[in-house]
Amino acid sequence: MSHANNQAEKIKAISGVNPLKCMKCGKCSATCPAFNEMDIKPHQFVSYVQNGDIEALANSKSLWKCLSCFACVERCPRDVQPGRLIDAARQIVVRTKGQTGLAPEEIPELLDSEVPQQLLVSAFRRYRR
Amino acid sequence: MQRIGVFVCHCGSNIAATVDVKKVVEMVQMEPGVVHAEDYQYMCSEAGQAKIAAAIHEKNLTGIVVCSCSPRMHETTFRTAAERAGLNPYMVEIANLREHCSWIHKDMEEATKKAVILARAAIAKVNLNTPLKPGESLVTKRALVIGGGIAGIQTAIDIADAGYEVDIVEKTPSIGGRMSQLDKTFPTLDCSACILTPKMVEAASHEKITIYTYSEVDKVSGFVGDFTVDIRKKARSVDATKCTGCGVCQEKCPSKKAPSEFNRGLNTRSAIYTPFAQAIPNVPVIDRDACMKFQTGKCGVCEKVCQAGAIDYTQKDEIVTQKYGAIVVATGFDTIKLDNYDEYAYSQSKDVITSLELERIMNAAGPTKGHLERLSDGKHPHEIVFIQCVGSRCSDDRGKSYCSKICCMYTAKHAMLIRDKYPDVNVTVFYIDVRTPGKNFDEFYRRAVEEYGVNYIKGQVGKVIPQPDGKLLVQGSDLLDNKQILKEADMVVLATAIEPEASVRKIATMLTASIDTNNFLTEAHPKLRPVESPTAGVFLSGVCQGPKDIPETVAQAGAAAVKAIGLLAKDKLMTNPCTAKADELMCNGCSTCANVCPYGAISYEEKEINDHGIREVRRVAVVNNALCQGCGACTVACPSGSMDLQGFSNRQIIAEVDAICR
Amino acid sequence: MSIKNEEFRPKIVAFCCNWCSYAGADLAGSSRLAYPADVKIIRVPCSCRVNPMFILRAFEKGADGVILCGCHPGDCHYSTGNYYARRRMTLLFSMLDYIGVENGRTRVEWVSAAEGVKFSQTMNEFVEKIRSLGENVRLGDLRCKN
Repeated sequence: MSHANNQAEKIKAISGVNPLKCMKCGKCSATCPAFNEMDIKPHQFVSYVQNGDIEALANSKSLWKCLSCFACVERCPRDVQPGRLIDAARQIVVRTKGQTGLAPEEIPELLDSEVPQQLLVSAFRRYRR
Repeated sequence: MQRIGVFVCHCGSNIAATVDVKKVVEMVQMEPGVVHAEDYQYMCSEAGQAKIAAAIHEKNLTGIVVCSCSPRMHETTFRTAAERAGLNPYMVEIANLREHCSWIHKDMEEATKKAVILARAAIAKVNLNTPLKPGESLVTKRALVIGGGIAGIQTAIDIADAGYEVDIVEKTPSIGGRMSQLDKTFPTLDCSACILTPKMVEAASHEKITIYTYSEVDKVSGFVGDFTVDIRKKARSVDATKCTGCGVCQEKCPSKKAPSEFNRGLNTRSAIYTPFAQAIPNVPVIDRDACMKFQTGKCGVCEKVCQAGAIDYTQKDEIVTQKYGAIVVATGFDTIKLDNYDEYAYSQSKDVITSLELERIMNAAGPTKGHLERLSDGKHPHEIVFIQCVGSRCSDDRGKSYCSKICCMYTAKHAMLIRDKYPDVNVTVFYIDVRTPGKNFDEFYRRAVEEYGVNYIKGQVGKVIPQPDGKLLVQGSDLLDNKQILKEADMVVLATAIEPEASVRKIATMLTASIDTNNFLTEAHPKLRPVESPTAGVFLSGVCQGPKDIPETVAQAGAAAVKAIGLLAKDKLMTNPCTAKADELMCNGCSTCANVCPYGAISYEEKEINDHGIREVRRVAVVNNALCQGCGACTVACPSGSMDLQGFSNRQIIAEVDAICR
Repeated sequence: MSIKNEEFRPKIVAFCCNWCSYAGADLAGSSRLAYPADVKIIRVPCSCRVNPMFILRAFEKGADGVILCGCHPGDCHYSTGNYYARRRMTLLFSMLDYIGVENGRTRVEWVSAAEGVKFSQTMNEFVEKIRSLGENVRLGDLRCKN
């Protein structure tokens, strides 16, 4: 199995999502509050994972613009849950790029008032375990 | 000892690709009783059947085992073939090597091993088979149609035209069904009422058709050819024989607050009402929950104004018991509840409506007299958004997993009609896929786009947000432009998924007709027997079997009628000979079997029995073969083990168990 | 008794009613939904035709598991057959458990004609369960063993 495929399989395993269930209706993108900030749109996450194009996903802005508000997860008629896919992709990136992790002292200067409250809340929700 | 022939079918490569057919032939020859074994490409073909017949003659076979597809598929074929060759058809058993073996296993060795075991079980059973002879039962030459929509009406007319009596049972006060609520029909845009009303009149005036409106099926017993049905005629509180249909009572009724079912609750009606002007019969009913006379005892206006003296507050539900040979289910559909779809703001805004509600708004007899207006403020809309697939094609439990089939076409119809009548109104349709298979269907949809300028956007709507100024903000995606769209609309129309009418569950249970997870009635075969229920004598017409549009419904209604006519045309039916039988020597007359029998097929007789030379009169169980359906409940209940089921006897099943566990 | 090196392959008897579960099994077949070949199906007209004796007989003859499939409650072709089956099996299974045939070796499942997926899943689960329980040692007729 190629590296890209391997990554895609990992994302599927972590998220528990089967991208093949997607019927390409676009309700996720219609729902997404961060849509305009994203370069790869929520409905595209699904096909990127399906096609194994994880590198593009990993380097996208979207990865860090997703608020994990899970509106797309809630409304997806096919139970594909694009929000979980992007969450899983984020974890893959965090795991494989240990060297790019932040040192604790770097964090305060990165915090700004623009960071949405929701992002912090959902980060806690996601990583409290 | 039986002389058994075993016939192993390749089914092309369906069986032979996974099961070593030659090996099966070789192995079964060692089984007791087997005197002949062969394989062939297609046993069900004429040549295959000829091989069976030849072997029966040449080897004097007394029983045969066909190793092929499911007995549900070809048991009858092979039984008939055996009968033609002079063998009792019940000396045939099928080993299911296709559905239960070759199609589910991949490993050849393993599949072959299993195939041999399945064949052995069938051989062990045939060794104990006895020739059986079917009995006969009479056919009542009358059909029942449950549901008085276009499906039920068409079926009833077709059966009646063939010369048989038909009764229609409709639970609402009038026949007509969903189609009577529609304004126009696709793809020709002719008015629904204009084509439906003549059919309603035809049914009502047909000498062979009896219509029971405001009635429900209460109880069903019996079996194919001989059903007994209790029909509950709910108290109308109006004497139909006296009522002239003048309508004065409805005009004068002071209680006008009940939501109109016919107009989908968009306006109200009087407590005494006919659902719509062209109702058949044109006899009103009193909605007792809404009527002041029934609720408070003070009123009685309708009785005073009725010149014919037709009002009867004392009327009670009446049970009519009738015998039928065939039953057609045509219970139709309803739209799903939108409680699970808060994102579309259906419950928050009056201007978010379902397509069926739009039909009523567009209809001249509807709540707005056919004027397109917002229900919240009565204003003329300028921007209308249609959302497709609301609740359809949904894999979670919020909606339905299937495609409702009719929505693409009626949305195109609505969009076109609106653009035609009100060119100032912009119409946008959010779609996932546009599905328009059907004669002149795609052309119709293209006309909506090309000639009427309807704006189709590929993408779903995420949410509808009611604004303080009464507008509706629609947030959707445009997948082809890769954009998120925010659109202000005056009205939003939801193409709501359809589901079978809720009452179908109860009816299916009464008929013991099987039903699928979506409450659609199951057909006997999805391709080859699409209008028959697996329960003999029960036929399916219209959307109760699966989503369909009007032409398909009418076609299926005709098909169901033909099947019913085919049944009614017979004077006698052969009954299943696999019935229960009591061993008189062992029966102690305890009545346990009669208590568990769902058909009342078991009775008791005082009979003189010769028990090993001792003659005495004993009370013993006797099974009525015309009533017994062969379920076998009695065989297990019998404490003395005297009751057995022919064709599935204790010894036969145990022989199968032994063969499998060997 | 010879020492088995091979993987344990249980003997499993499935009684399926003609109207729902047998058709469900057919649907599993036509949908190519695989389940282990250890399962062998016996067709009965209704789940209520299954005499507890048949199940005892199966265990006696060396079956490792027995499953009974019928129509969903309320959907029985004969109206009430599956209710009888349910009561009978509840009693029989508790008796079997008492004499040492574990509850996991017996099962009743409602499978409709439309539930090919459920049929296949049920069989996969059941075989898995029997494999984890191993060979059935109770009730077996010792004369059948070598």
